[in-house]
Amino acid sequence: MAFRLKLVPDETHIDFFRWQWLTFGISALAMVASVLFVLVLGLNFGIDFKGGTSIRTESPNAFKVGDYRDALSALDLGDVSITEVFDPSFGTTRHVAMIRIGSTDATGSVTPEELTRIEAALKTADPEVSFAAVESVGPKVSGELIKTAFYAVGAATFGIMVYIWLRFEWQFALGAVISLLHDVLLTVGIFSLFQLKFDLTTIAALLTTLGYSVNDTVVVFDRLRENLIKFKTMPLIDVMNLTVNETLSRTLMTAVTTALALGAMLIFGGDVIRGFVFAMLWGVFVGCYSTVYVAKNIVLWLGVKRDWGKKDDGSAGTRFAAGP
Amino acid sequence: MLHIPLWKRIVILGLCALGLLSALPNLFYARVERHNDAVVAAERAGFETPEQAADRALWPGWLPSGIVNLGLDLRGGAHLLAEVQVADVYKARMDALWPEMRRALSEARGETGGIRRAPSDPAELRIQIEKPEAMAKAVEIAGGLATNVVSLTGVGQKDLAITAEGNTLIVRLSDAEKAATDDRTMQQSLEIIRRRVDEVGTREPTIQRQGADRILIQVPGIGSAEELKSLIGTTAQLTFQAVVGRGTDANAIAKPGQEILPSLDEKGVYYTLEDAPVVTGEELTDARPDFDQNGRPAVSFRFNPTGARKFGDYTAANVGQLFAIVLDNEVISAPRINQHIPGGSGIITGNFTVESSTQLAVLLRAGALPAKMNFLEERTIGPELGQDSIDAGRLSSVIASAAVVVYMIASYGLFGVFASIAVMVNVVLILAVMSMMGATLTLPGIAGIVLTVGTAVDANVIIYERIREELRRGKRVVKAIDDGFSEAMSAIIDANVTTFIAAAVMFFLGSGPVKGFAVTLTIGLVTSVFTAIFLTRLLIVFWVEWRKPRELIL
Repeated sequence: MAFRLKLVPDETHIDFFRWQWLTFGISALAMVASVLFVLVLGLNFGIDFKGGTSIRTESPNAFKVGDYRDALSALDLGDVSITEVFDPSFGTTRHVAMIRIGSTDATGSVTPEELTRIEAALKTADPEVSFAAVESVGPKVSGELIKTAFYAVGAATFGIMVYIWLRFEWQFALGAVISLLHDVLLTVGIFSLFQLKFDLTTIAALLTTLGYSVNDTVVVFDRLRENLIKFKTMPLIDVMNLTVNETLSRTLMTAVTTALALGAMLIFGGDVIRGFVFAMLWGVFVGCYSTVYVAKNIVLWLGVKRDWGKKDDGSAGTRFAAGP
Repeated sequence: MLHIPLWKRIVILGLCALGLLSALPNLFYARVERHNDAVVAAERAGFETPEQAADRALWPGWLPSGIVNLGLDLRGGAHLLAEVQVADVYKARMDALWPEMRRALSEARGETGGIRRAPSDPAELRIQIEKPEAMAKAVEIAGGLATNVVSLTGVGQKDLAITAEGNTLIVRLSDAEKAATDDRTMQQSLEIIRRRVDEVGTREPTIQRQGADRILIQVPGIGSAEELKSLIGTTAQLTFQAVVGRGTDANAIAKPGQEILPSLDEKGVYYTLEDAPVVTGEELTDARPDFDQNGRPAVSFRFNPTGARKFGDYTAANVGQLFAIVLDNEVISAPRINQHIPGGSGIITGNFTVESSTQLAVLLRAGALPAKMNFLEERTIGPELGQDSIDAGRLSSVIASAAVVVYMIASYGLFGVFASIAVMVNVVLILAVMSMMGATLTLPGIAGIVLTVGTAVDANVIIYERIREELRRGKRVVKAIDDGFSEAMSAIIDANVTTFIAAAVMFFLGSGPVKGFAVTLTIGLVTSVFTAIFLTRLLIVFWVEWRKPRELIL
């Protein structure tokens, strides 16, 4: 027999509900912790959401963050933060720093004169420093961007909920949405815990995570519905265990391929995109977990109708079944 | 059972071939780009230089030449979001209205008594009248100065809203006129900016109106946002010059005090003009589309007092002569002076359509920005940083694809090879669709493609796992494959629709890089369903027909 790499044996009979109070408790705890992190530590908003200016400097010389800070302190720029950026591709000849300056005036833009002064000041600390990128966002726009981000996450969640409700039952929709909420909270939580930069691309990653997580959930739900029709008398909890066991191989396969792809991007994709990729990778992990341990638990508690296929509802599952 | 009709096979393979062909130019990005630039430049100029011909020859014309646009974060360049202070224009209108209003009211001085302008909100005109009992008369006179709003939605409405408050007459623009004015202000700002940016000749700038009063400007290849800001702030040079002659020789020698300028609309026509302008655009206060006495489209314009005097004197002395309207060293039009034009306003007639008269009016006003702009957002990305991102993106895509391919083959053997082929074709198709649409690839977009590589195999995984189960139940190979595909279908569709919802939300609410990500994600969804379902199935059918397998190890 030819070699086949299998993460999961052909037949598994894992009781996913055995530890359900523990796993569900962990999820609930993690959600509460995430909220606490955000409330206590806050989020490290990028200029997209906070307004202000960010400058990416590059220099062939190693520098000390303290030197840059000293050089800029004379300029009276207000709230300045300087961080050094590391990436394996930089080697020893490239040294990159991110300088963030809070909003200085009403429009939020750093004036050309200020920029010249900043550059001149940094040149005194390091003559070979250059600006690789400069970005300014005014407070007016950043306020709108936050609002839009909220709408986006809300609209995506709502859209997904409506779709699942139409295709399945309201219990499934609720289960999926609560697991989405779980994923969103945990992602925001980890960004708060590690004070990772939270900006527009993080929101994009969050939305993608939503799509991925619900994708996972839907595949399980789809099989669950099929099994509910097939095993009309089996207790719901057993049908669910059977379903998760049947789809376990696929859930892990897809998580691994996605993680492989994103992992390559995380390591080799450069520092500009790293936060974005990290958010997605984390989202894949959390989404996988929430599919197995959150979404279906909710459905179990809510109960679900067992007379699938009696009325016209049977067509719901086969609407797309006519393949090529 | 596992039967695919011939026409379907041809369509599937044909689409893949078309995708390969359309994505091909991206492999030779720099060459194709030079080719495309040369073609566009030659088309615009009407002739081709030897360098352009050489560039054009870099890529055969019969091959598709669409390439994905690189976003600012990959190419480097500047991004500005400007807010146009549309209300500035109301003030200018009111200030311009005041002398006219004063003249009209003072003709009825006997009834209204003395009048004077009172301090007010810049967007309105407050006029105090000595005899409040004559207010009705004053309102009537002021109303006589109102004209109909020229816009599609404001038909039949007056442009001035006139109210009285005790002894004060208050004049402001009506809401319909404000809307029409705002719209004109935005169009003019866009037009001016477009002309300014085109002047530097960079490739594919994006200049878009966003919402009611914002303009998004993205210029690849420009050094910094500061540079772009100063460029946009520069005023266009509009002049009115005397015409000495008209010819078709671009290289004719101009006499001292004269210059030769090309015509904007007529190709190959050159005007010889007096060097010193009679009036300049700085003295123009307004220009708008209008109709002449015969109802033909025309452009009416108005000068400020000094401009009006110079213009009046000149036209009186030069009836019958041509008079060139020059914008940025191009002759927009050269109408004949039919009569003395006193009063500082005039009308340009000619071979106009409604569109071209509107455009000329916009161009005439393009001399100066109609309103101040605030810059809300500015981003500069250096070209090196962009190139770094491209390199990193390329490297990580290759590694990600290789990892997924190895893993798929290790898990599913031959069927893993099929899935890998499908994934590779999928990436090619994404690039092909983006090239055909002229979509913009951003750094998050590259991440979207990499993510698609990871998730595109998902559909295959769902199908293969299903086939495994069917085989385990003891079904025959062909039956198992067939059932595997059809049973997996509803899960695949559901899974992709939900991701599509998220992508659609990002597209409509996102901007810049996020939008770019949504585009690649959406295209990736569609193409991955195609490759996973149709292409993989076809490959498997080919294999089944060829080997007629009795058993299948999956």
